[in-house]
Amino acid sequence: MGITMVKHPVVIAGSILAMFAVAGSTLVAFTHEFTKDRIAANERETLLRSLRAMVPSNTVDNDMTTDTLAVNDPEMLGSPQTTVYRGRLMGQPVATVLTSVVPGGYSGPIKLLVAVRYDGTLGGVRVISHKETPGLGDKIEESRSDWIYSFDNKSLNDPNLQDWKVKRDGGVFDQFTGATITPRSIVDAVKKTLLYVKDHRDALYDKKAASDPEPQENKKP
Amino acid sequence: MSNSGGLGLIIKNGLWNSNQALVALLGLCPLLAVTNTAINGLGLGIATTAVLVASNGTVSLIRNLVRSEVRLPVFVLVIASFVTAIELSMNAYFHELHKILGIFIPLIVTNCAIIGRAEAFASKNNLLRSLVDGLSVGVGFTLVLVTLGGMRELIGQGTLFDQAHLMFGAAAEGMSLSLGSDFQGMLLAILPPGAFIGLGLMIAIKNLIDKRLAQTTATKPEALESGAEAGTS
Repeated sequence: MGITMVKHPVVIAGSILAMFAVAGSTLVAFTHEFTKDRIAANERETLLRSLRAMVPSNTVDNDMTTDTLAVNDPEMLGSPQTTVYRGRLMGQPVATVLTSVVPGGYSGPIKLLVAVRYDGTLGGVRVISHKETPGLGDKIEESRSDWIYSFDNKSLNDPNLQDWKVKRDGGVFDQFTGATITPRSIVDAVKKTLLYVKDHRDALYDKKAASDPEPQENKKP
Repeated sequence: MSNSGGLGLIIKNGLWNSNQALVALLGLCPLLAVTNTAINGLGLGIATTAVLVASNGTVSLIRNLVRSEVRLPVFVLVIASFVTAIELSMNAYFHELHKILGIFIPLIVTNCAIIGRAEAFASKNNLLRSLVDGLSVGVGFTLVLVTLGGMRELIGQGTLFDQAHLMFGAAAEGMSLSLGSDFQGMLLAILPPGAFIGLGLMIAIKNLIDKRLAQTTATKPEALESGAEAGTS
């Protein structure tokens, strides 16, 4: 009945537990090693597909997924840090795609991809993720309705700035039956993104992929 | 004791008599949350089945090695490792489906049906019986997920097997059925209350069938055996 008798089973139990922890970690490590390239490729492919839908591949010749810039303007773009994907053709700016966030969704933030061409028109808008009510607010999804396409080719001049609202507020964009808050907040966020791009246009295409958020005016032609 | 009875009974218990979703009412959180379409249900069901078979098999193999005082932590470790491995594989090979199911794949770890089978069955039975049990319990769970998902999808959205290509590739686009674009659907079915109502109906139908069967085969002793396992975990 000595101490060794009591200690012994605990040591054995501990070693068994440790053995399984090592075996489990090994399994996970091997799976991770085996799948990580494919997962990264999948994520890149998904991103590329949404970028291509708004900035057609024949209009750019660079790799937009790696030509990025990080900016921060929570006031206009909705999140502390926004990634900007830049599209170019033979070095000339073609379009930027911004990962704007809509802060005022009906149930939580809505993540968008907003493509703005160099001339200030919209290449398109897509919803990446949202938590809006199924059947009501989720008509912002591309697969549920065509509403999100109503932004295509719009700009700050078409419609006029004061008409960048849903119809209920006197603007030109449709709302949904039973869901006004969702479209209203998206229209507002897209408008703010366009205003931001207008003010920082050349800085956004700056070759230096700097994370410096301040616009660099020396790039003006 | 569950050690008696052949493989047929194990299968029957897993699929019907002590169905984890309809009788034991385990794993309700993923069951209610992801069953808004049949394909989502199928995806989670297959992932859960894979974890069940792998964890039951492993637990059965190590049942004489692991001391009883550390068996539960060991089971949790085994299950968590398999879930993580399967989650990574799904992310790699069914990326879109993985994005839709999201947090519910890692949450398979917390599905009490899995540790329930490890503790109540696999730790007391040989490898073959444990694998068969894992498979039939998993298939039983999957069937409930797909039925509930299909029911909610059909009523709420007017489609069946929508987005089948996420699982079976582009060739399965034709699998999707639709009631036509003018069917607006009953929103309630897609929302959380629809899941509770749907599950309640399924349990009621199962009980009704059991009652009918019991009336016709009242003299057979089989009905008694099914009760033995329903009380686990």
